[in-house]
Amino acid sequence: MINRRNWRGIEAICIPVAALFFSLLLFGIFCALAGANPFAVYASIYKAAFGSWRSFQNSLLRAAPLMLSSLCTALPARLGLVIIGNEGALVVGGLGAVAAGLALSTAPPTIVQIAMALAGIICGGLWIGAVGALRHYRAVNETISSLLLNYIAIALLNHLVGGPMRDPSSLNKPSSYPIADINMIGSIPGTRVHYGLIYGLIACAIAYFLIQRTTFGFAARTAGGNIRAARIAGLPVGKLTMAICFLAGSCAGLAGMVEVAAVHGRANESLNANYGYGGILVAFIARHNPLAASLVAILLGGILASGGILQRAHNLPDATVLVFQGLVFLVVLYSESLYGRLPIFKEREPGKGTDSLPPIPNPQAPIPS
Amino acid sequence: MTTEALGWWGVPLAIAAGTLRGSAPFLFVSLGECLTEKSGKINLGLEGTLLTGAMSAYAISYLTGSPWLGVLVAGLAGMVLGFIHAWLSQQPRVNDVAVGIAMIIFGSGIAFFFGKSFIQPSAPQLPTIDLGTWSSISAIQSALKISPLFLIGVAIAPLMQWFFKSTRWGLFIRAVGDSPDAAKAMGISINKVRMICIIAGSCLAGIGGAYLSLYYPGSWNERISSGQGLMAVALVIFARWNPVQCLYASLLFGGAQAIGPALQSVGINSYYYLFNASPYILTLLIMIITCSPKRTLTGAPGALGQ
Repeated sequence: MINRRNWRGIEAICIPVAALFFSLLLFGIFCALAGANPFAVYASIYKAAFGSWRSFQNSLLRAAPLMLSSLCTALPARLGLVIIGNEGALVVGGLGAVAAGLALSTAPPTIVQIAMALAGIICGGLWIGAVGALRHYRAVNETISSLLLNYIAIALLNHLVGGPMRDPSSLNKPSSYPIADINMIGSIPGTRVHYGLIYGLIACAIAYFLIQRTTFGFAARTAGGNIRAARIAGLPVGKLTMAICFLAGSCAGLAGMVEVAAVHGRANESLNANYGYGGILVAFIARHNPLAASLVAILLGGILASGGILQRAHNLPDATVLVFQGLVFLVVLYSESLYGRLPIFKEREPGKGTDSLPPIPNPQAPIPS
Repeated sequence: MTTEALGWWGVPLAIAAGTLRGSAPFLFVSLGECLTEKSGKINLGLEGTLLTGAMSAYAISYLTGSPWLGVLVAGLAGMVLGFIHAWLSQQPRVNDVAVGIAMIIFGSGIAFFFGKSFIQPSAPQLPTIDLGTWSSISAIQSALKISPLFLIGVAIAPLMQWFFKSTRWGLFIRAVGDSPDAAKAMGISINKVRMICIIAGSCLAGIGGAYLSLYYPGSWNERISSGQGLMAVALVIFARWNPVQCLYASLLFGGAQAIGPALQSVGINSYYYLFNASPYILTLLIMIITCSPKRTLTGAPGALGQ
């Protein structure tokens, strides 16, 4: 027999899938209006993203930073915070990683790589941690402060790679000195996909476990559900806010480290490649569920990877991918409002919001004190 | 460079000129955001609206030869995006900040998609009012060139203030923004009021975009707005939801934006990028100083973002 929880589960799968199809339909209409054959466009997106092992590797390459940066929005969302500072934390994490990589260039590669990862984590963590601290101590709106910090981070990047950290041999595109090849994090054997993907998958798994299966996560979800109740229950809301923000930022910072230590080998404006904004999109489509985020990141990575082929094969501007992303985002957001409204899913409890995934209280979890 | 002839006097002059020129986009988006937020919704997507406005104004001006028609179309394009935002953000369980981020992606996607073919050609620009003809120094002459669009924006600010304070419609909007339940009891349709406010606000932001591409910097490319639309939200908080203060705040931001280029013109460019970030740093500092966990911000609409 189908009980209420099952219906909820079916609904939670059907609605996003239907939303994706509907956004494909809208995008098809858009392409047709722009004079391209929508079916040919779909076919090339599929081919460029998932059609062959080679193209799938391309998608995975792009998915790695998206996964990590999506956690920067997904984790604080559990506390009810809307943080969009992913880009800034990513850039700062990348800068920290380069600084560590250059400072320790004579140490053994493993040490350098660990130091770079730690530097990325700490820099990104402190960057968004500051947002959490401002939120708690000064009641500064976290969305706006994290947004402002994006621009400040990019200015900092431009300043450092254009001045103090500049490699004089980088003429057209100011860059920092390069990290030695031996200190770069390499590819997974047998593929062109770098280890950043593994970092991303592990981070998503840890984040999921942390939120769903630990006391800490339970406390965070409680505070996100009803902050007054959480305060009355004696939860340290301020500490929770800052801890979650630090973790969120450290994920995005790690994404920056991956970009630096696996892709570019140095810090320059390529770091600011909109993976941060893509991460926001991933987090919202995945409904702030870290496990779902890893899948959505691969999907979006595929879409991003197909940008070039749309330009070459269909003579569409490279911004087509941006339009596609925007449409997907809008449709997915609209689909949020459909939960519990569609007659076919009416078996479930009426009138109960499912803003985030149904929190499944863990009976074993001790009541936090 | 003409400013070099003036030596160090060129710096304050360049900042003043930059203030007069660069603050208009801030002014239009912040007034648009102010109107939107007064009705209780946040529109973070004005960055996309600004870009779409800039692109459509430039394209229309290029295709028809009439920059004012471009301004009109930019406003209309803004209204279309505003309609999408208004409709989506009023659905149940849809967060308006998230819709805003989506609209940034969508709006800039649309702008870059259709604007691709207009990056190269040059479109007719908006005319200017020259107030500096009395001076023989060309730097002063060019500093005192003022766009009529800027003057229109300056006029809208007190007008909007009066509108909120003294008209029936202004009262409706404030009621909807402060206490939707009370507004409902008064028989006001919350959806309708918010819809109109968001659309009108987006229209203003679209016109702000037209100013960017048709007057200053006066060209269309993908880096034209550099986050000015996003700043609107911060600006409105800074201005305490008061249209006239939006004007002062925009002047301040326009000036802060001009510091970097002004210093560069006298040869100081070691901190160029950091000075360019000064509007953002300034906003953040002001927010840190003025916000407090003990009280809500004075002037904030009671039901903002709910």
